[in-house]
Order: sequence, then structure tokens, then C-alpha cells
Amino acid sequence: MTGLSQTATKSDIPMIVNGKAVTVRAFPMERLLDVLRIQIGLTGTKEGCGEGECGSCSVLLDGVLVNSCLIAVLQASGAHITTIEGLATDKRLHALQQAFLDCGGAQCGICTPGMILAAVHLLNKIPQPTSADIREGLSGNLCRCTGYMQIFEAVADAARRGAQ
Amino acid sequence: MSNDRIVGKSVPRLEGRDKVTGTSRYVDDMELPGMLYGATVRSRIPRGKIKSINFGPAVNWDEFVVVTAKDIPGKNCITLIGEDQPCLAQELINHPEEPILLLAHPDRNLLAKAVEAVSIEYDPLTPIFTIEDSEKLSEIIWGTDNIFKSYLVEKGDVESAFKNADYIVEAEYTTGAQEQLYIENNGMIAVFDSQQGLTVWGSLQCPYYVHKALMELCGLPEDRVRVVQLETGGAFGGKEEYPSMLAAHATLLAIKSGKPVKIVYDRMEDMAATTKRHPSRTRHRTAVSKEGKILGGEIEFTIDGGAYKTLTPVVLSRGALHAGGPYYWPNVRIRAKAVATNAPPHGAFRGFGAPQSLFAMERHMDFIAQTLGISPIEVRRQNFLKPGQTTTTEQVVQEKIDLGKLLDRALELADYPAKKKTFAKENSSANRKKGIGIAAFLHGAGFTGSGERYLNSLVGVETCSDGTVKVLVSSTEFGQGTKTVLCQIAAEALGVRYEDVGIAQPDTQKVPNSGPTVASRTIMVVGKLVHSAALAILQTLKSSGLLAEVYSPEEFRAACRQHVARKGVFRSLARYQQADNISWDEENYRGAAYAAFAWAVYVAEVTVDLTSYSVTVDDFVCLQEVGRVLHPVLAAGQIIGGVAQGIGFALYEKVIWDKGRMKNGQMTNYIMPTSADIPPIRVFFEELGNVHGAFGAKGIGELPMDGPAPAIVNAITDALGISFNSIPLLPEDIFEALTANASHETMPALAGSKQ
Repeated sequence: MTGLSQTATKSDIPMIVNGKAVTVRAFPMERLLDVLRIQIGLTGTKEGCGEGECGSCSVLLDGVLVNSCLIAVLQASGAHITTIEGLATDKRLHALQQAFLDCGGAQCGICTPGMILAAVHLLNKIPQPTSADIREGLSGNLCRCTGYMQIFEAVADAARRGAQ
Repeated sequence: MSNDRIVGKSVPRLEGRDKVTGTSRYVDDMELPGMLYGATVRSRIPRGKIKSINFGPAVNWDEFVVVTAKDIPGKNCITLIGEDQPCLAQELINHPEEPILLLAHPDRNLLAKAVEAVSIEYDPLTPIFTIEDSEKLSEIIWGTDNIFKSYLVEKGDVESAFKNADYIVEAEYTTGAQEQLYIENNGMIAVFDSQQGLTVWGSLQCPYYVHKALMELCGLPEDRVRVVQLETGGAFGGKEEYPSMLAAHATLLAIKSGKPVKIVYDRMEDMAATTKRHPSRTRHRTAVSKEGKILGGEIEFTIDGGAYKTLTPVVLSRGALHAGGPYYWPNVRIRAKAVATNAPPHGAFRGFGAPQSLFAMERHMDFIAQTLGISPIEVRRQNFLKPGQTTTTEQVVQEKIDLGKLLDRALELADYPAKKKTFAKENSSANRKKGIGIAAFLHGAGFTGSGERYLNSLVGVETCSDGTVKVLVSSTEFGQGTKTVLCQIAAEALGVRYEDVGIAQPDTQKVPNSGPTVASRTIMVVGKLVHSAALAILQTLKSSGLLAEVYSPEEFRAACRQHVARKGVFRSLARYQQADNISWDEENYRGAAYAAFAWAVYVAEVTVDLTSYSVTVDDFVCLQEVGRVLHPVLAAGQIIGGVAQGIGFALYEKVIWDKGRMKNGQMTNYIMPTSADIPPIRVFFEELGNVHGAFGAKGIGELPMDGPAPAIVNAITDALGISFNSIPLLPEDIFEALTANASHETMPALAGSKQ
């Protein structure tokens, strides 16, 4: 959020967020994280470190897992973005959300949205991941509460149920 | 017990759906109309006096709200145990993150530049950064002797134990500072209205601690200060005391500006300025018989409190009371003290002093075994506390714990004997050396000694018009499952469905003070009170004739509904009462230190790679007796999470200090375990039950922090044949020790010899 040039001008940037077309008016170098949270009001995406280390702000950008704190909004122009709010359909939880709930994968909940999106990305790439795939696939997302084991279980459980 | 319908089952986490869908509201998700954003100008020197403050020309200061110590309406301090810590420094600077000025602006993007534009001139004073320098008293930086608090625990005749000893085993152990590293940084929002008073919302553990601090700061009466906890993204003790400081800062800006003010720290500020685990030094001198029996000993436990008192005396107390571990000491003297240094105050972090002193105890047990040439298993087995024996404070062990059996089971689960043999055989030729280590330990649940009596906790359960009931506590949820388990307890007690019980948001205007959410006390102490308050509701409904002796959950709801319709909401309150057999002598530090202990044996298996000198934990068995497990998934989650933090404490998490300031305040250079670093953590429970807790529960949250570090370091020592007595133990430390060892070709001889 810091370091924005006061002289830069805002532009209209179109995006498709959780399947809906939106156009935001923003400085090109504004962080996608802030645009999602402040302008679009999708506060499910969390800031943990602001430097791409913790993964709490993970979203899918054209299907790729990114730290939205490191993405300038201009890079998201025309892109499909999926945030945590875009996973459940008609109040039915995504299989990964349900599995996180059942297995104890969410404790304080602050890393959960990013962690679930990392898991979605993993299962999209590898529908039946090994334990090593899961550890590797989630290693960009830090969780201080769970010690990860119940998150691994949740991902394996969702994979068994055929989540993608 | 087996008839319980809800307790003992893994019901859905109450707020879980909101957490997995991203709809939970944390402090940074809350916006208020006209809100300003606040920032803190901090000292950049460790010790000195402020000479002048200058506002640089590059900023239009008219746009900013600026608060100094002079703007504080009441006392300039953050009231906790003492009143030594100022809210804003006026003249004297005691650590390099001391807050001096507060700024607020409607555009949060402009704050960083404004903070940079304030320049402060100081008259520097000589600072102190280590326990040893603080002890030398070359500079007096706190009180008359740099000592925040000291305790003496004495039992029996230590001198005669040393006279009768076959061996005297002596060593020193140290542990470093550790950052809680909750993923949600500290944050707070304050609104002040001269009619309605002050309201703050934030990320916090203890609403009534913040409430008390704000009353003193603002000179406002109880009913004009309201503190509300929002969803809190992790805490681990790190949001026990610091939120009072942050709330105070947001409050001062809100009072001065007349607008809502939000302050949310970024990661670096949070890591550098807020509390961390106390660095510690423990010295053991132990009299042992040749068979390995502890005859007596002296334990000197010293912690670095940082610049102000904060919670340090209580951390010191818990550390001292756990210093003897789960062993029988016929004679012992424990001297504990906390000293001042010019670093930001250290504070609460899961375990609260116990992980430090237990690291020393459990490393020392291995060292005794090594010195005597007996096995680490044998030395522990010989000295385990047994029911009827007394602890270091002469508390009689009432629980029917059999630590020998617990140890046997843990060794079996870890396949210890077979692995020990295999590793010994294969290590000599391997470049990746394997080791296996154990730690046996205990953790007292609830406040120490008379602490619970002073807290005098009050809990409510009330009837609602739709026939459900609501639990009213100031106990907070920050990941552990507080809400879920307290609702389970109430539902079980009332014979209703889990879904028919709700819990109020912690809000000092709406909930009674059930005490702070700390010290592994919530399920045991507060849960028991929720149970009592619920039973009183049942009693009321039955005696009013609305509910029969035997009833269904539907009938309960109908009765509850009718009762509210006739008589209005009924609020049942329950207050803590100390059990008769708990008596504590604060003066002599003697008696029942805790109502109950949880007991555990952990086994760690490690590999040390002699190319990279890195350590991986390959397997981790945690076996514990925690009373009744009320929610298996949440309980296992507490254990695994604690073990992961313990792995970090042992192997990764090193605070680099630069003149009292944390230099590596980023997740890039302060390394916590990732999913790739975690071994299979295998959790097993023994459930003996406990009379002091709801449905037989004891405390669980802190216990798993105590064992991993010593178990892991014992395993590394087993793998390499070199004693390591300091954590964090990083690859470079192992490299250095191996290099030094290779040049001497002998073990560093710390042990005292036979008399």
C-alpha cells in the first residue's frame, strides 16, 4: 500500500471476479489485495505479511495461485479471479471448505481462505495428490495454529471425495 | 460418562462455516464512516532522554491528528500488574520501540511518510541488553536492582543432599526469544463520544484487561468504556497484554480527532514492537545417587523481562513452578528472578515460562543419564512423581497418574527400543545421522496458586425467547475452539442439542468477566462455571413446573420459551469458588500451585544431515493425559499446533537482536515451520478425568509447547553424541559444535565428577 505515486492517474481496469464482470477505478500499481478488499469489498482475502511470504492473501488469477499482495492490479486486467467468496455455490460449501470444517483444518481462520485456495489449485493440478504433493503444494501458505496435519487430512479427504 | 451425547464428540466448530467461507469479520475487515488510520512514531534508540521533537517540512501536518503524552486524559501508563509502562514516552526512553507520538490521517497511504518525517533528538544513556549485564548492575535501568521479581522455592535440606551425593551434575541451559507470529497482526478500532463514552473493537484475548487499562488511561468509569472482541486471527499469548497498548493508542487519537480511528500494524511493526517469549537461562546443580535417583538440587531460573514489568512476574512464577519437571525432588531450592533489559517487554506466549524451564529440566535429565552411564529412560523412570508424593512446592499429587506407564506406552508407540538399536548400528557409517529423544513433562492448568480466587470469575447462561440458551463469557475464541466447547458443555448439561446453544460475542457491556483467556484455564475453570450456570437454568425450569424430570430437547425449548414469555429472560450466573483442598502460601511459595496438571511424554525422531547440518524431524509421538477430551478434533488440533510451534522454538525461530531491536522482523528472515517441515505428528490421549474441570476436562492449550524442544534436542544429542544446551539450535550451531568437537575429539565436560 505504501509507495504509491501521488501523481499517477487512476484507470478503469476490468476483471472477472468470482464469475462476475467488474470494472474498478484504481492506480495501476495498486495491490490487487487492496482493490479486492477495499473497492470490491471482498474481505475474505487476508493480509498477513504484505511481502508474499505467508500466502494469506492467495487468490487464483486465471487459475494460477498468486499472492495478491504482490500483484499490481494492472496485471489483473481482463483476468478471471477467484477468491474465497467464489467457492461455495448457493450456500453449498465447496468440498474443500467442508473438509476443512470436518477435519479441523481451520482454527483461527485467518490463513484459511488462502490455504483453501492453495488447496483448490493443488487439486486442480493433481486431483489425487500424495502426502508429499500436499505438503509441497501448501508450503507457500503459513499456518501458525494447526501444525498443518489436519489441513493435510482435509485436502486428502476432499480429494477422495473428488473435489477439484 | 459414556451416556454423554455431545461432550466427547467432534461437533462442527461453531464459527467454522464463517471461517471457511471468508465471511468472518476481523478488525481489518471493519470500516466505520469517517474513519481515520493511525500510526505510531517510536524511539529508535534503546535508552535515553528525549531532547526535542521536530516535524519535517515535507508533510502537511495540518492534515494530521498528532497525539503526545500531554493529550492523555488520565494516567500515562498501561495498567497491568504494575504501572511502570507508559502509554507514550514523555521524556525517558527505555527500549528501541518505545511509542512517543501518534499520528492519524484519513488516507492510510500517507502515514508511513509522515512517521519518517518526524525526527527526534535524544540524550543517549548506556543501555543493557543481556541478563548477565543486567545482573552486574553497572547501569540501573529498572527499580533499584534491575529485578522485576524474584521467588524462592525451598523444600527439605539441599545441603545434606549434596553431601550424600554420588554425583553432582551441573549445567546451564538457555532459550531464545520467540515471536508468537499469529498470522493476523495486532489491530484495534476506537470511537469516542462524550455522551456514550469509549468503544473499542479489536483483535484480543482479554477484553477486561483492555477495559481496565482504558479506564485508567482515560479516567472514565466502568460503564463508559466498552471493549468488544472481533474475530481474532491467532494470539498464543501475544494478544494478552499488547492489545491494551494498541487500544490506548487508538483511543487517544479517537478522543483528539473526534472520529473513529483504526490502527493495524504491519508485520514488521508487529514483530518488532510487540511482546515475545522471554529469553531464559537455567542453571541446574543436581545431587544424584549412583543408581540415578535425584537426591536434591538447586535450580536457578532467570528470564529477561525487557524494559517493563508487564506480565513478567507471572511468567517467572509459572516457569519456576515447572522447573522441577514431573519428578520427585526430596530436597530442592529454586531461585527464580526476572531482570530488566532495554528491549521491548517480553510477554505471554503459550506455555508462559514453562517451556523455558522444562527445556532445561528435560535436557538435564538426559545429561544426568549420560554422566552416570544409564539410559535416559531409566533415569526418568526412577524419579517420576507418584500419587501421594509432593511436588517442589510440596503439593501432594492427588491425581492417579502413572508416569511410568505413560512412558512405556509412548516408547511403544514410537518404536523406541528398535529404533535406538538400529540408529546406533547405522549411524557410525552414515552421513545422515539419526537420533531419538524423549521429554516427560507436566503443565499446571489455571492460574497459579490463589490466582483463580483473585480472578473471581463470573459466567452467565441465559434463556432466549426462542427457547435456546446463550452462554455469556468474556473468554475469547482465537482458534482454540473456546466457543464450540463451551457450547458443548452447556448443551450437555442442559440435555439439549448443540445447535440450541449460542454464545455471546465478548463485549464488556454484555458479558460478565469470566477472566482472561490464558493459562489453559478456559475449559477447565470457565467450562466448569458454564456447567454450573446451565444446571441452575435447568433447576429453574423444573421448579417452575414447565419442565418434567425426564424431557426431550424439544420439550426443553418449549419450556424455555414459555419461561421467557412469562418471566422474561432469566440469566443464571455462576462464580468461581476455590475447592477446599487447594491452599497456597504466596509468601513462601508453598502449597497447591495448580488445581490440576496435565501430564505427557513426547518422543522425537530426527535426522541430522552432515552435509547441510540441517535437522529434520522424522516422527513425533505425543502422548498426554489431559483429563477428559471434550472435542477430539479440536484437542488434537491444539496438540499438533503446539508441537509445530515447539519445533520452531527448537530449530528455526531465532530473533536477531541489534541493540535491543529485532532485526529480522519479517517472515522472510524469521523462519517458522511450513507444511514441508512438519513430521507426522501422532497424537494420543490418556483420559483419567479430573474433578476440577467440566466433565473431567483439564487444561490442554499450553502443554504441547513444553515438550517438543527438549525431545528434539535430546534426539539430536543422541544422533551426534554432543550435548546441545541452547535453543534455537540452527545448522550453523551444529556445524560449529561439530567442528570444535572434531578438534578436541572429546565431549565438552560440563558434568561435575564423583565426590
